[in-house]
Order: sequence, then structure tokens, then C-alpha cells
Amino acid sequence: MMKQILMGAALALAAAGTVSAEGQTYVFQAGHPSLKGWLLPKTAPYPESNKPNAARIDLGHKLFFDPRLSGDGNMSCATCHNPSLGWSDALPTAKGVKSMVLGRASPTIINTAFNTTQMWDGRKKDLEDQAMGPMEANVEMNMDTAKLFQWLNSNDGYKALFAKAYPGEPIDASTLSKAIATYERTTAISNNSPFDKWLKGDKRAMSAQQVNGFKLFVGKANCAVCHAAPNFTDNGFHNLGLASFGVAEPDMGRYAQKPIKLMKGAFKTPTLRDIERTAPYFHDGSAKTLMQVVEHYDRGGEVTTNLSPNMKPLGLTQQEKEELVAFMKALTSPFIKVVAPDLPL
Amino acid sequence: MKKIIFPLLVASLSSAALANDYLVDQKDKAFSKKSLKIKVGDTVEFRNSDPFFHNVFSLSDVKSFDLGSYAQGSSKKVVFDKPGKVEVECSIHPQMQMVIEVEK
Repeated sequence: MMKQILMGAALALAAAGTVSAEGQTYVFQAGHPSLKGWLLPKTAPYPESNKPNAARIDLGHKLFFDPRLSGDGNMSCATCHNPSLGWSDALPTAKGVKSMVLGRASPTIINTAFNTTQMWDGRKKDLEDQAMGPMEANVEMNMDTAKLFQWLNSNDGYKALFAKAYPGEPIDASTLSKAIATYERTTAISNNSPFDKWLKGDKRAMSAQQVNGFKLFVGKANCAVCHAAPNFTDNGFHNLGLASFGVAEPDMGRYAQKPIKLMKGAFKTPTLRDIERTAPYFHDGSAKTLMQVVEHYDRGGEVTTNLSPNMKPLGLTQQEKEELVAFMKALTSPFIKVVAPDLPL
Repeated sequence: MKKIIFPLLVASLSSAALANDYLVDQKDKAFSKKSLKIKVGDTVEFRNSDPFFHNVFSLSDVKSFDLGSYAQGSSKKVVFDKPGKVEVECSIHPQMQMVIEVEK
């Protein structure tokens, strides 16, 4: 009888749910309706002027892998956004023209199609807006774009591909950007992870340790306050108190775009989907492992100058830290097999 | 001389009495109003009803301000003293935007 009462009480408690740090009430059961806000839409949003189709994806695929889009003819989009390395490059910070070490990590392209702002400092609004940036940057692909479009307009293979993808439109920065954006938004997508399966009702998709990690993620560890549903980002900007902000003349991040004090040293919240594949972590590549990331947050950051008010010491136990890491590993979708494209010569 | 000062004082008092207060809430990472029309001298109170920090700022020529960060339940007020269009945002969450039109 006593056992029945206790079980009933436990069930009632579970049904009542838990209020998360970001103000949502969740019941931590596979497939529970309270969790549906974490499910991504089946397809990423796209602008009316660039509806995805097979010809556009094919053209974007070729352009994404074509090193002739760079000044030295040796860097493609895929050099820094390598599908085999989580659509990033496994480097702490990117290497640009002549292997010059740049100041920020190459961000993953995974699920950027769902974001409302692009780049670590948010200076680009969408994938179309972003696509020409690395080609034009003299420290990155360093491409003379006048020469680029002269060449593309004289290449029979590309002329046919552009005509099929964007009939009646010129081969220019607009159509090139639209093709690359289409490839990214239809290919670099992670929405079939164990976590997604658990959200849809598969009880066995996540272990008890991973479910506990999710509870911590939205609760005590306060992660979801910025890594929000459904793409694990609030599309916002925060100063995480990284050691690199303590150096003389640090990277000011978002402040260069929006000169508001809170934005000094603030960077965009990245998605955590497929995070296991995109080490090292943070915009400066300073954390080698997910455990190091968790420990940084547990300490409440290193440098407190202009620290995000959301940051505070968490008091996590070793077991809780391991549960959080285990949960983040449940965000990895099956590997996307990408074929090296046959480029027009 | 006394006669001149008296009407000025009345005008000033009546202007103050006519100034209105408006409340704009921040909830679910959105401002409660996308646009708001007010008069010169009116006050807008920005309240945070989300369980995490927000900011409110404007870099508009008409009214430039930065309310810093503030937690759930707290609010800060801004008096709009010039006519024109004021674009207001949260710097933490840039998708939060609204426009205040300040009329004469």
C-alpha cells in the first residue's frame, strides 16, 4: 500500500513537470508534448526568391567544393567547412590565405540555415548574405571577384549549370550566393539525432544518463537560457568570460557591429547539434573537449569584465558534468555522406 | 512682467499633465508592441517578463540610449524628448526590434 502511494506520488510529480531556467515546463518522458518545442522543422526556411530545387543544390554543391573560387586557386568553402570535420576544420582558429592564422574559429555550417543571424559577430543576416564574404576577404579566400565572374561567365560547364538553376538570371554574386546557400540549407542539416528520436517518442534513443543531462541542460546548468529550442541557439550574443577576453586589446566581437557596452567581447550562441564533431570549442577554439566546455561554465567563466549576466558558478558534481557531456553527444545525427563533385573544367 | 510668467507656467504645467506613460513588455524574446506612437515628453517603461536578462537600446539620432542588462521583473523608463522615429532593439537578442514614432 505504502509502495503504491509512493509510486503514485512519483508519477504525479513527473506529470506535474519541471520548470526550466528559460521558463518552460517540461515532462521528461520520451515523446511528451511539453518537449515538442525542441523539434526542428523538417526543412529549413528559405527566401521566396531562392526556393531549393535539384539544379540549385547541384550547382551549389560544385561551387562549395571548387577551389578556383579563391585567389590562389587552393581554397574552397569546404577547406574551412569540411563535411568530414563537422563542416568545420578541427583547428582552434581558422587558417586563411597562405595559411595565415585568423582570430576566430571556423564556425560549423550545420543548421546555420535555421539561424536568423550569421557569423560569430552577426554581421551577416542569412546564408545568401554570407556566401560572398570569405571570397571577398583578403585574409581568407582573397578572390578578385571581377576575375571570378569573368571566368565563370566563360566556362561552358558553369554557364549551363547556372542557366539550369537560375534561368534568365546573370552569373553574378547574387546567383552564386543563392546556389551556395541552397546547398548549405538542404545538406548541412542535423535533425535526426538520438535526442530527436527521443523527442518523437523512442524511449531507448537516449540513456538515463543522457536524459539526466537534458534535465540539467534546461535546469541547474542553465544552458538552455542561451542554447535555446529548437536549434540550441537564441540567435543572441553573450560574453562568456573566456580567458582570451583578458588580454590587451581583445577581440571585441559583436561590439564592432553594435557599439553597446554589453556587446564587448560578446559572440553569437552557436548551435550544439552535431557538437561532438566540431571540436575544438568556443569562438577562440580554447576548449579541446566538451568536458572542458562544461568546466568553464561550471566555474562561471574566467574573466569577469563585461561578463554575461547569465553566467554564474553552477556547482555541478562530477557526475552531473558527465551527464551534460553525455547529453550533448546525443545531439549527433548520422553522418551525412557527401560526394566529391565532378567540377566543370 | 508677472503677467508674462504666469501663462508660461500654466503652459508648462499643462504640458506635463498631458504627458503619458506607456508600458512595453519583453516576453518570449519579443517586445509586446512592434510599433508605438507617442508624443514628445511621453515616457516608455520597458519591463522584462522573461526569466533571463534582456537589454534595450537605441542608436537612433532622435534618441540614443542603452539601458544595460536587467533581470526578470525589473523595468527601466525612457523619456522621449524629441520628435522622430526611434528604432529600439535588445542587443542580446537582435531579433527583438520595435519602432517608436515620437510625434510633436
